[in-house]
This record gives sequence, C-alpha cells and structure tokens, in this order.
Amino acid sequence: MSDFLEVLSTYDIAGAFWVNIRLAFFAGIFGLALGTVLALMRVSPVPSMRAIGSGYVTLFRNTPLTIIMVFCISVLWSVLGLRLSSDFTANFFWLAVLALTVYHAAFFCEAIRSGVNTVPVGQAEAARAIGLPFLAAARLVIFPQAFRGAIAPLGNTLIALIKNTTVAAAVSVPEVSILMKEMIENNGNYVVPIFMAIAVGFVVIVIPVGLVTTFLSQRLAVSR
Amino acid sequence: MGVLLLLGIAAFVVVKMGEKGQWSPDLWGILVTPQTWTAYLLPGLQRTLTAAAVSVVTALLFGFLFGLGRLASNRAVRWFCGLVVEFFRAVPVLIMMIAGWLLFTRTIPGVVPASQAPFVGVVIGLTLYNGAVIAELIRSGVHGLPKGQREAGLAIGLTRGKSIWNIELPQAIVAMLPSLVSQFVVILKDTALGAIVTYPELLRSAQILGGRGGLLQILLGVAVVFVVINWLLSRFAEWTARRVSTRTSGRTRPQQASAAVVPGGAGAGVGLGGGGLGGGDGGGDDA
Repeated sequence: MSDFLEVLSTYDIAGAFWVNIRLAFFAGIFGLALGTVLALMRVSPVPSMRAIGSGYVTLFRNTPLTIIMVFCISVLWSVLGLRLSSDFTANFFWLAVLALTVYHAAFFCEAIRSGVNTVPVGQAEAARAIGLPFLAAARLVIFPQAFRGAIAPLGNTLIALIKNTTVAAAVSVPEVSILMKEMIENNGNYVVPIFMAIAVGFVVIVIPVGLVTTFLSQRLAVSR
Repeated sequence: MGVLLLLGIAAFVVVKMGEKGQWSPDLWGILVTPQTWTAYLLPGLQRTLTAAAVSVVTALLFGFLFGLGRLASNRAVRWFCGLVVEFFRAVPVLIMMIAGWLLFTRTIPGVVPASQAPFVGVVIGLTLYNGAVIAELIRSGVHGLPKGQREAGLAIGLTRGKSIWNIELPQAIVAMLPSLVSQFVVILKDTALGAIVTYPELLRSAQILGGRGGLLQILLGVAVVFVVINWLLSRFAEWTARRVSTRTSGRTRPQQASAAVVPGGAGAGVGLGGGGLGGGDGGGDDA
C-alpha cells in the first residue's frame, strides 16, 4: 500500500486533471456559444437556416469524436497547416478544444432545443403579436425561458464533455488518460488501484456538476 | 460569432486544400480504389461491427443484471447495484478501455492472447459504461410505468418480484426499446476509441492506410460510413418508438438530449443518485 502511494506521488495527477478541466472549460464555452447559434438556426423561420442547423447536428452527432479529433490534428494541422497557436504544445491543446467544440456544439444545440420545447407556443405568439421580429423575440422572450428549461440536459452535455476530454489522448495532449497509461505501463502490478484512483478523480469532478445542475434546474424552473 | 468562426475554418480548409493540392483527383481516387476497401476499410469496419456487436450483448447482460439489482427488495443489493451503476456512468469509457487493455497485457499476460488484448479492452470499456446506462434505462423504465400496473399485479396476488418479472419488466423493455437502439449508436461510435488502444478497427485501419497519403480523403470517407450507419440506426429507433407505443403503458419516445439519464427517483437511495451522471444523448457522450 505504501508502495502504491509512492507511485501515486511520483506522477503529477492533479496537473493532468487540470489539462482535462481546461479542455472542458474552453470547449464548454465555445460549444455552448456555437450550440446556441445552431439552436437559433433550427427554430428560425428561414428554411435554409433550419436545414443547415439540422444538417450540422445530424452530421456531427453521428461521427465518432475520435475521428473528429484525429481529423483536427492529422489533417487540419499536419496536412493543411492550420495553427491555432505558435507554441507547439499549445497548438495541439487548441486543436483538441476545436474538435471537442464542434462535436459537443451539436449536443448543446439539442439540449437548448429541448429547452425551447418547454416554452409554451403562446409565448412566441404573444411576442409576434406585440410586433417583435424573430431575433428580438428569441433574445427577449423565448431563449431566456428556454435556457432555464434546458439546464438539466445542458448539465448532462457538460458532464459528457468533461468525460470526453480524455479523447484528446488520441492526439497526445498530455491529459489524464495518457498519464494513466504511462503509470500502468511502469507499474503493471497496480493496474486496478491506479485505475480506481483516476476513476474516483472523475467521479469527484462529475458528481458535483450533476448535483449543481439538478439543483439549478429545479431552482430556476419557470413556474407555469 | 460561432457560425462566423465555423465559416472561417471551412473557408480556410477549402483554400488550403487548394494550396496543398488536396483537390487532386489522384488523392480522391483512393476512395474508389478497390484495394482501399478490400484490404483496409472493410476489414476495419468488420472489426468495428464485431466489437460493437459483442459489446451490445455483454452490455445487455450487465445492464439486466444490475438493472434488476436496483429493483431488488433487498436494500443491500439495491445499494450495491446503484453504487456500481453510478460509478461506471461517471467514468470515461476511454479510461476503462485503457485499464482493461493493459490489465491483460501487463498485469495478467497470457490469460488472453496478446493479439486479442486490445479487443478485450474495447469490449470491457464499452460493456461497463453502456451496461450501466442500460441498467439505468431498465430501472427508469420500470419506474416510468403507471403505478396502477404494479398495484393491479399485487391485487391479483402476485408477489412484488413476480409483478416485476411478469407484468412490469415486459412492458418496460418494450418501452425502452427505442432508447436501447439509440444507445447502440453510442456503442458503435465509441468503438472508434479502440484506435487509441491499438484495436485495428475502422479508424485505425484508415490511419494506417492514410499514413501513405490521402489521409484527409480517407478520414472523410470513414466519417461518411459512420454517419450513414448511425443515421440509419437512429431512424430505426424512431420507427420502433412509433411501432411499439401501443404495446406498453410506458413512454416509448427515445429520450433525446436529456438522455437516458432520468433524474434518479426512488431507486437505491445511494448518495450518488440524483441528477444523472451519464452523458448527453443517451451517453452521447461519449465520443
């Protein structure tokens, strides 16, 4: 047991988790922004906008994240020379954020759209009746209520995003699953305890997010 | 803003592809070369489908075992099964895959042939995560039935267990079929994680082939294969939802976005319960 603790202390587990958290933070912000725009397109009165929005969602929801991740690094960077940062390591980090963003935007979009579905149609009709154009109605009437109705699914998407940051391992971003692989390869006899240590780390991060979003979704629910 | 960024990246890709000669017919021709498919992509797809099919079976077994465990009358069994389910839903699939793979290569080599260790790792990862999600589907399926079903079962003299087994579970399974099919999409998508643990599935075959050129074109081709299969599965899920809705008193609509993760109600009373730790879209999460 003391041997195992020594193994744990020789690796920077917290540092690796910090990479995952940063990946999730940036991809969460960008993904939510992109997802909101996509949701707006999907409920807009313009047919071509709706088609683009639903096409995007169908495409990215059905493509494995690992492929998107590999595509961002092996194609966008290696083949086409896309650089998101002049620093080599930071470039990989931001390309991973890009992959996580475009993938999860599709799920954020669907979460927000399910929130839009909780808003009674009378709200949209009332907004139109007082002369608001689509964007103003969305900004002032529909989306503020939709977000409050979408907190639970948004939370689930955020949790999925946090767990999916491990997929950045596919492009060698030094996050926690790569660290775990290295730890196990050097200490093969501790595979179960090492796995448990990393797994519990995720449980500790993910459960508060679940509890907070459940609390908020009840607290902020629009009473009707 | 987000759309502008996306358009910017798309424009960049198109322009850069021209600069780097990626529109050359030679590179795109790789997608219609018979050998590309016969030697690389189809064997890769076959291994992808094998891993997915095996995982579907094992995840169903795991899910039924722990789903029924969460409905057990024994408090300790309920608590234990709830703990296991919530734990595996909160841990990334990739972490379980890597641990499963290395367990059989480093810790107990020889139990399975070294060449099979990546496959076993993939199946372990997919089974534990998706099994936990299916267990939750079963539990929420049974709890989602009108309570009159259970009361009627008890009223005609069935025990609680018999009522679950003969009355509630059959309806819950029918009601959860659409969500179950949606979960198969998640399983199929997550097999691509196998590329990271050196399982030569579709993505890894594509990477190996593309290492000699034409990676952009091959990856796009592989993505199309995944999108088409998953889209068909999703349509099938919607079709089952319409089809079975008359055969159960439960709700059959696949739970989109808000996921398989119905906030834990009665159930095990585990501290972890509550808001659902799984991914978006029936796990969607998940890669």
